Amino acid sequence: MAKVLVVTSGKGGVGKTTSTAALGAALATAGKNVVLIDFDVGLRNLDLVMGAERRVVYDLINVVQGDAKLAQALIRDKRVPTLSLLPASQTRDKDALSDDGVASIIAELKEKFDWVICDSPAGIERGATLAMRHADIAIVVTNPEVSSVRDSDRIIGLLDSKTVRAEKGERVEKHLLLTRFDAVRAGRGEMLNVGDVLEILSIPLLGIIPESSEVLRASNLGSPITLNNPASAPARAYFDAAKRLNGEALDVTIPSDRKGLFGKLFGRRAA
Amino acid sequence: MKLINFFRKPSTTAPVARERLQLLLAHERAISGKSDLIAILQEEIMAVITKHFPVEQEGITVKMERGEVVSTLEVEVEIPTPMCPSFPLPAKPPKAVRTEPSDPEETDCDEADEEIARTGT
Repeated sequence: MAKVLVVTSGKGGVGKTTSTAALGAALATAGKNVVLIDFDVGLRNLDLVMGAERRVVYDLINVVQGDAKLAQALIRDKRVPTLSLLPASQTRDKDALSDDGVASIIAELKEKFDWVICDSPAGIERGATLAMRHADIAIVVTNPEVSSVRDSDRIIGLLDSKTVRAEKGERVEKHLLLTRFDAVRAGRGEMLNVGDVLEILSIPLLGIIPESSEVLRASNLGSPITLNNPASAPARAYFDAAKRLNGEALDVTIPSDRKGLFGKLFGRRAA
Repeated sequence: MKLINFFRKPSTTAPVARERLQLLLAHERAISGKSDLIAILQEEIMAVITKHFPVEQEGITVKMERGEVVSTLEVEVEIPTPMCPSFPLPAKPPKAVRTEPSDPEETDCDEADEEIARTGT
C-alpha cells in the first residue's frame, strides 16, 4: 500500500527540499518506487536540488489542468531508476492548483509508487495546506532555533485539523526531523538540545541531521546528499531516517564526520 | 578585564530560548483552542436565548479576556425592547443584571434591553 508523505515546516530555509531529496533518494536506493512532488508553485527548487532543472518539460499544474499526462510530466532520475520527480510550475500561480486536481494526481501516483513524497512550500497558505492535505505521514523539519520551533508547532496544529485524515477523525502520523543540529554547541548550552525540542513539540523523533558543509556541496552539484556522499554524516542520518520510515526500529544517533568519534547515543526510538 | 572574560564561561542561552518558547506556545495553543470554544459557546448560548426571545445573530457577543489570576467571560445579548414585556422599562437608570459581582467600571449596562452575565473562568 502506497504511503503519502509530506515534508513540511512552516518556516522557510530549514531544509525541507534538501530533506525531501535526501530521503527520497535513500528510500529509492533501498528498492522502493518513490516519486517526489514539488508543491512550491512559483518558487520551485526541488528540480534544481535533484539536478533535473534542464529536464523539466511539463509540471504539476499542466497535469492538474489536463494539458499533459502524468507520465509526460514525471522525470525519472538518471542515477536511481526507481526515483521520479514531478516538478512544480515556475511561472504559474498557486491558485491554479485545485483541490480535486491534486487529489486525483495523488490517487494516480499511489497506484504506481510505494512512496509519494510531497515537498511543501514554506508558510501556512494554500500551497502548504494542499501539500499536506492527503498525507498519511508528515515529517516536520525543524532547526534547533526558536522561530523554527514555533512555526513547527503551528504546522503540527494544521496537520491535526486541515488534512483529509484529520477531517475523517483519523490521525496523520507525525515525525520530527531535527536538521542543522550542532551537538557541540547544544552541549555548551548555546543551542536548544534534542530533548528541549522534543519536549516542546511532543512528536516522535525521526532523525537528527548534523550541520555539515557536505549538504551545500551536494546541492551545488544538484545531487541529493544521500547519493552525492553516502558516507557523510548527514547522509548516514538520512539513511537511518529512511529505514525508520520503512518500519525499522533503530536508535536515533547523531552521526559525526570526525574520525574515531561515534555519534552520541540518545536511546530514543522513533515511534 | 579582557583576560577574565576570556576564561569566563560563555553564558548559556539555550535555557532562555526553551523557557521563552514554552511560555509562548502554551499561550498560542490556548488561544487557538479558545477561539473555537468561543464560537461554540456563542452558538449554544444563541440556541438557548432564541427559545425565549427573537434575537439576531449580531445581537450576541461573547468575549474572553485573559488575566494573570482570573480570566473573564463576557456575554452580551441585545434583545429588542418590545419583545420582553415582562421587563418593564424603568424610570431610573437600571442596575445591571449579573450573576456575580464585578468591577463597576467595566460594566456599561445602562440600557434596559441588555443583559450582562459575567463569570470568572
